[in-house]
Amino acid sequence: MLTQLLSGDFPRSRALTAILIAIFVLLALAPFLFPGTKPLNVAAKICYFIVLVASYDLLLGYTGIVSFAHTMFFGIGGYGVGLALYNWDASWLAVLAGLVVALAVSIVLSLVIGLVSLRVRTIFFAMITLAVASAFAILASQLSSLTGGEDGRSFSVPTLLRPSFRLFEGEVLGVAFTGRIVVYYLVFFLSLALFLTMIRIVNSPFGRVLQAIRENTFRAEAIGYRTVVYRTIANCLGAGMATMAGALMALWLRYIGPDTSLSFAIMIDILLMVVIGGMGTMYGAAIGATIFILAQNYLQSLMGLASKSLEGLPLLPKLLHPDRWLLWLGVLFILSVYFFPTGIVGKLRRK
Amino acid sequence: MAEPLLSLSGVNTKIGRYHILHGVDFAVPKGGITMLLGRNGAGKTTTLRTIMGLWRAAEGSIRFEGTDLARLSTPEIARLGIAYVPENMGIFADLTVRENLVLATRERAPDPRRLQWIFGLFPALEKFYALAAGALSGGQKQMLSIARAIIEPRKLMLVDEPTKGLAPSIIRNMIAAFRELKRTETTILLVEQNFMFAESLGDGVAVMDDGKIRHTGAMQALAADRDLQQRLLGLHLDAHQ
Amino acid sequence: MTTMPAARSATAAPPAIKRDWLPILLVPALAAAALPLVGSFPGWLTLTVAGLAMGMMIFIMASGLTLVFGLMDVLNFGHGVFISIGAFAVTLIVLPLATLVQADSVLMNVAVLLLCAVVAMVLTGALGWAFERAIVRPVYGQHLKQILVTMGGMIVAEQLIHVLWGADPISVPPPEAFRGSVLIGEAAIERYRILAVAVGLAVFAAMLLVLNRTKIGLLIRAGVENGEMVEALGYRIRRLFVGVFVAGSALAGLGGVMWAFYRQTLTPGMGMEVMVLIFIVIIVGGLGSVGGCFLGSLLVALVANYTGFLAPKVALGSNILLMVLILMWRPQGLYPVAKR
Repeated sequence: MLTQLLSGDFPRSRALTAILIAIFVLLALAPFLFPGTKPLNVAAKICYFIVLVASYDLLLGYTGIVSFAHTMFFGIGGYGVGLALYNWDASWLAVLAGLVVALAVSIVLSLVIGLVSLRVRTIFFAMITLAVASAFAILASQLSSLTGGEDGRSFSVPTLLRPSFRLFEGEVLGVAFTGRIVVYYLVFFLSLALFLTMIRIVNSPFGRVLQAIRENTFRAEAIGYRTVVYRTIANCLGAGMATMAGALMALWLRYIGPDTSLSFAIMIDILLMVVIGGMGTMYGAAIGATIFILAQNYLQSLMGLASKSLEGLPLLPKLLHPDRWLLWLGVLFILSVYFFPTGIVGKLRRK
Repeated sequence: MAEPLLSLSGVNTKIGRYHILHGVDFAVPKGGITMLLGRNGAGKTTTLRTIMGLWRAAEGSIRFEGTDLARLSTPEIARLGIAYVPENMGIFADLTVRENLVLATRERAPDPRRLQWIFGLFPALEKFYALAAGALSGGQKQMLSIARAIIEPRKLMLVDEPTKGLAPSIIRNMIAAFRELKRTETTILLVEQNFMFAESLGDGVAVMDDGKIRHTGAMQALAADRDLQQRLLGLHLDAHQ
Repeated sequence: MTTMPAARSATAAPPAIKRDWLPILLVPALAAAALPLVGSFPGWLTLTVAGLAMGMMIFIMASGLTLVFGLMDVLNFGHGVFISIGAFAVTLIVLPLATLVQADSVLMNVAVLLLCAVVAMVLTGALGWAFERAIVRPVYGQHLKQILVTMGGMIVAEQLIHVLWGADPISVPPPEAFRGSVLIGEAAIERYRILAVAVGLAVFAAMLLVLNRTKIGLLIRAGVENGEMVEALGYRIRRLFVGVFVAGSALAGLGGVMWAFYRQTLTPGMGMEVMVLIFIVIIVGGLGSVGGCFLGSLLVALVANYTGFLAPKVALGSNILLMVLILMWRPQGLYPVAKR
């Protein structure tokens, strides 16, 4: 059963297994273990970011494609669902229609980008996706009559998912089972399902071909694989998964705007998560996303304390200022690329 | 026997995961032209590139006047007095003929007397001196590539298939030029597929197959021995005669 | 394979290489096409000068990047950092020497500008040297890691600017002599834009001079085409590369100075923001080509300015469209660089 769920791709390290189980259990019980708005926000964000980061790893780690347009697809998912809910009624049909439209847009877009530029070199693809994504972000904030511009759009979600909704009277472990908890579990289980799907994909014959192409494009071509086709399919798959993650985000936040989905800062976050967690392993994406988002939310307070205690010294307090947390993750990122390109997962597995 | 100018022993070269040279041993005596023959894919170009340091020898030694080239970088090897004329000629198409020659000169500018001598060998280069090298014909590019290698005296010239794709009249011009070069101090190691060309210029010869040296000796002896040619160079020979 | 008839022997005239004028003509053609669309001549002139000024600044910032790529196949995704640092270096001069900036003397104003340029270039050049050693060299030849690690370098450097200069935007007005505009006919042309065009042309001329008239320049051009052969002729291409990397970083710094006074507000992310345009420019121009980079910069900036006026909502989209159109016409960019 477990073998089937994980497609036979086990963590293969005791420490890694323990960490993954811990992440799973804490996320599964988050609403009851950490009641309160902020912790639940963090937990939900971890869920959909695991999907987002894993789908990016599908490209970067498994296929060797560097794309800077991943947030664009993430945003398309978010905007698709968000704008459907905003413009129509807050129904499940709107959610579904928004998601379908968003998926179609993403897949067509990634297909076009892929066919135009995947046959050329890594660097070329990276530059073109960067240009396209930034144009898309600007477009989204310019078309304010449709997207709400920089301010974005807030919208209502179906009744079942609203905070005022009660699934049943009474409390579970002292927590009222509100629509927020329903939506949390929706996000959690869908994220889990998508994550397991991606594990299945990378361990399928298709996934093995991708890895063969990454290792040696020339050879893979010589054996007879149409590398461009495989890469383009991977690109579309990654885009579709990112779109789903975006849809989950929209349902959770009940808001969509450029800063939460399209900004280049998020693209950089995703890169950091993949590399620090470990490229080329789905588990790395899970660990990377978890650690990064925890750091984003809690490292800052820690750094604030350190900064305060060092007050009076030159420069040091500034380096440890809570807003500079990205500096340290950036350093960690560079060191990861140099010294342990397989990330945390690779480190744990080697022991 | 005098010490050879260049000697390879047990040279192994791998490119990526492909093992190309399997222990190449041979020596190039000082002076004259040594021919390196063999069929396609025998490892001739790889041998030249390994001597030049463009690919690293995984094992073995390459001694040139007592220095082990295997440990030097390509620019250091070039500065020992080794010139390289690659198979694709390595012309800088964007630069003029003059600029190509200037870059091959360590001194400030090419020596005028030497330049005249080169123009005598290859009149086309004088005519198109100020023209972008990319505009030259294939034969003229080959001439420029050789001219670059001899614009200053060098001890050893590595030349990779100078007749490839050239018209017969230009090949005759090449033969004349190499005859003239044989009268200078320069030693030449020349990779060739064209047996007629090799026969008319070669002093010594080494024949390669499957990344190993199969035969070394005098060019004359090989030229006289049909059976040996057949055995070493195989069917390939017929195609060229 | 060359199969020449024997009659056209070794001295036969080769076909004359035609100078490729078409891309050059694109710039005036674009400007001419915009005139009827804009409608009024003064408005068109203002837009055109604005476009040229912006194009020149982008060229200064992008030229180093394209050469570094052409020479060693290294694309520095962190190039934008040098632009930001060049821009922030301005504060080192302008804040302490505020009196000179406001002085009613052209000489003093120019002196301040020159000082800014020198300080910024020295700073970014030195930083470029360090960046090459620490960030680029270890991942040499591995594209994926190169992109990741230069990106990482950018993140860290951008954060360090925050640490050193604080998080608030800093305002830097240009020196007195370059504020305001002059009237040419009925068109108001900002003085600073004229200066930007002049500096851009000077940099382009200087680059052409170095590339065409000096041995170093010849080596760079030869290295872009065939680095291996340059090594086989006895030159250490690594050294050449480091030199070009440092020079390219210094140019980005100079571009940063120009960009700083143009925007008049400094933010650490300002370099990364222009990077998108810069990437479009070097793709459009042909990776590795300085001339292509120059034309690409002008085209991109002119298109951005015209569409910014005609249809502001699609301004950046128009550049993507420009890129797609040019790549459809010439898949390797305007001036593809011959490679081996």
